[in-house]
Amino acid sequence: MARVVSVYLPFFATERMRLTSTDLPPEAPLALTTRIGAQRLVAAVDATALAHGLKPGMAATQAQLLLPGLTLRDYAPRADAHGLAKLAAWCLARYSPVVMPSPPDGLLLDVTGCTHLFAARTGGQSRNLDEGEDNLLADLAARLARRGLTARLALAGSIGAAHALARFAAPDCTRIAETQNLKGALAPLPVEALRLSPETTQALRRLGFERIGDLIGVKRAPITRRFGHDVFLRLDQALGLSREPLVPLIPSELVSAKLSFVEPVITAEGLAQAVERLCVDLTAVLEARQHGARRLDLHVTRLDRSTGIVSVRMAKPSRAPEHMARLVCEKLAGLDCGLGVEKVLLAAPLTRPLLPEQIASELYGRPQEPDLSTLVDRLANRLGAGRIYRTAPVESDWPERSVRRVAALAPKPRTETPRPENWLRDWPRPARLLADPMPVEVIALLPDYPPALFIWQGRRHRICRADGPERIFGEWWRAPGEIALARDYFQVEDEAGQRFWLFREEAGNRPQRWYLHGFFA
Amino acid sequence: MVGAQHDKEPGAGWRAAVLKELRREVGALEAGARPDAPALAFEAEAIDAHLPEGGLRLGALHEIWGGSATPIDRQATEGTQKTGAAGIEKIGGNGGAEDIAAATLFLAGLLARLSGPVLWCLKARDLFTPSLAAAGLDPDRVIYAETWHERDVLAAMEEGLHHPGLAAVVGEVARLGLTASRRLQLAAESEGVTAFTLLRPHRQTGAEPTAAATRWRIRSAPSLPLMSSSSAAHPVAGIGRGRWRVDLMRCRGADPASFITEACDGTGRLGVSALLRDGADAPHLDRSAA
Repeated sequence: MARVVSVYLPFFATERMRLTSTDLPPEAPLALTTRIGAQRLVAAVDATALAHGLKPGMAATQAQLLLPGLTLRDYAPRADAHGLAKLAAWCLARYSPVVMPSPPDGLLLDVTGCTHLFAARTGGQSRNLDEGEDNLLADLAARLARRGLTARLALAGSIGAAHALARFAAPDCTRIAETQNLKGALAPLPVEALRLSPETTQALRRLGFERIGDLIGVKRAPITRRFGHDVFLRLDQALGLSREPLVPLIPSELVSAKLSFVEPVITAEGLAQAVERLCVDLTAVLEARQHGARRLDLHVTRLDRSTGIVSVRMAKPSRAPEHMARLVCEKLAGLDCGLGVEKVLLAAPLTRPLLPEQIASELYGRPQEPDLSTLVDRLANRLGAGRIYRTAPVESDWPERSVRRVAALAPKPRTETPRPENWLRDWPRPARLLADPMPVEVIALLPDYPPALFIWQGRRHRICRADGPERIFGEWWRAPGEIALARDYFQVEDEAGQRFWLFREEAGNRPQRWYLHGFFA
Repeated sequence: MVGAQHDKEPGAGWRAAVLKELRREVGALEAGARPDAPALAFEAEAIDAHLPEGGLRLGALHEIWGGSATPIDRQATEGTQKTGAAGIEKIGGNGGAEDIAAATLFLAGLLARLSGPVLWCLKARDLFTPSLAAAGLDPDRVIYAETWHERDVLAAMEEGLHHPGLAAVVGEVARLGLTASRRLQLAAESEGVTAFTLLRPHRQTGAEPTAAATRWRIRSAPSLPLMSSSSAAHPVAGIGRGRWRVDLMRCRGADPASFITEACDGTGRLGVSALLRDGADAPHLDRSAA
């Protein structure tokens, strides 16, 4: 099922005006006017003006009477459309490869299959999709707010539902999970939410159909006869019962290359050849701009007008055609060619400047670092972005917390600067660490002595040599329960020479317990 | 050439020289296009002297096995008595984290003395990277590739071996078949990147034949008690440098051998305290396995 975000920007025209012009008084309410014949009418108002009862369609003179101190400006619908396209292009680079502006004041994002990128990178097995969707919405809302745009967002299973919920549901941010009942969410909304013509909605209201719920389950024939197929088509689209394509935006400034075929292409090999040609074309465009691509989207249009997309990311900006082609081609196996592909378009929605680099030389005392970005890209494409990483120290005494993952090509700390190193201290750290410490039975000579014997998995290990304790305390600033927590770590060696890392846990008044946490050798 | 040597060194010496020359030539044929591949010396005399190239050949595949630390004699006799199929039972440990810790550090010590980035492909999540830093391997040099399936580990390794910028590629696998090892060996030869497979011993996995240049097994051995500096007779409490039993199970151009070494120091160097040759303690079964 598709997942669509609808962004509704109720005050887009006025807010865009405020952002682009410098001479507007910031506190004064703002309205935009347009001329129809001799009349000057209000076309858009901002939040303050709306609160004072001003509405689009009102005469400008009446608006000024109602709200003294109102600033008036000319309504510029073309500039608005351009602004909306720019905003869509920004969403394209950040959230989803398929974005469509829905003028005058909205955007639609097809986020199917993109949301997991926003889930916390815990490396856990169950990538929580709900969490990813929530994070995506929160991120989008926060970034729009920082730009000074009032936005209302909705994420649902169809374009119609997302559109309706963004505009007519009460909270600013609505999300209908895949498992939730779309019908129940849409039923209380007014019929205006269905994207019908104003005349149709008015006529429906006159007949007593006020909410979407009223239309669900009624006999369709009489209504279709009177209003045409539109009403139930829109209803079915909103409920996700009937398909509605999202035509992706290809902004004119987007770096892209396209190819149309005389005969539809069905095989992956044919597509791969096309991709190779497109990559060469795209490289020429990137070269002219001195940019490198960080992401590539391959849009394919099939014979039946449906579209498919393959998206790859690069760790570093690149404009090497062979590398780009190889990355895209590796992903082609997952693409359904359907009846055949008619058109392909390769776009680079995210580009970064890529200038010639100074080759490090021995003269500067710095040897040339091998470029690993192609390798990292290939592995990341195959295994997933979060699976290629380096590890870096974290200042924490708790072994579980002392490691964090950083991007494989993250800048390396300069060796001259002292590092917050708690790895290279002389405390012993095991080569293999158990994710969850395992309880063991321990016999010690005296309570504070290192253990003399421990039993793990039914085997007795008689301890010949031991070192410890290394005491670490709970980090009370992380979790309140840790204030009473402490661990005493012992490095012990059994008769066979095997070395273990044991600790004794003290937690408040509970009896001490022993755990095995890792292996040295 | 042989004749010239004959003239110079008449007598019994020339026979050894001819053999050495022939060994070198055959070795060169086996290694493909690189007859004089560089080698990484262990900087432990006993081991380096035993290896034909004076160290680990670079640009080749090496297997490093973990193994349980149970004393070898007891395990060997138990193995033969219980199963009869000696090789399998003896090599097998639990295949858990405890069996591979020493091998991990042994490998980290080798990598520490190479220069350049390292790709470490792994499936299990129990590697604790700070310990690698303690063996001298700079954490910034290691890129980890984490996979869900073991077959992806081998694929990722091969991908890395085709990248000449890397110093070495490590893969943690449970078993390495002949085909997979051949592919890795060829990839390692073609770009000169050294490949290491870190194998967790498994009861089911016998010693399969592979195309690896060497096969090592690293297990822990009882360490020596710490002695106080004033009187050598009285041990003090505490734990000293660990000791390992390093078995060279298979090597082209050299016999299997066992060494008792001290664990890596902060720069990845081993200390060899004793060399076990084919005495009572030597791994006879290893040879049959290899």
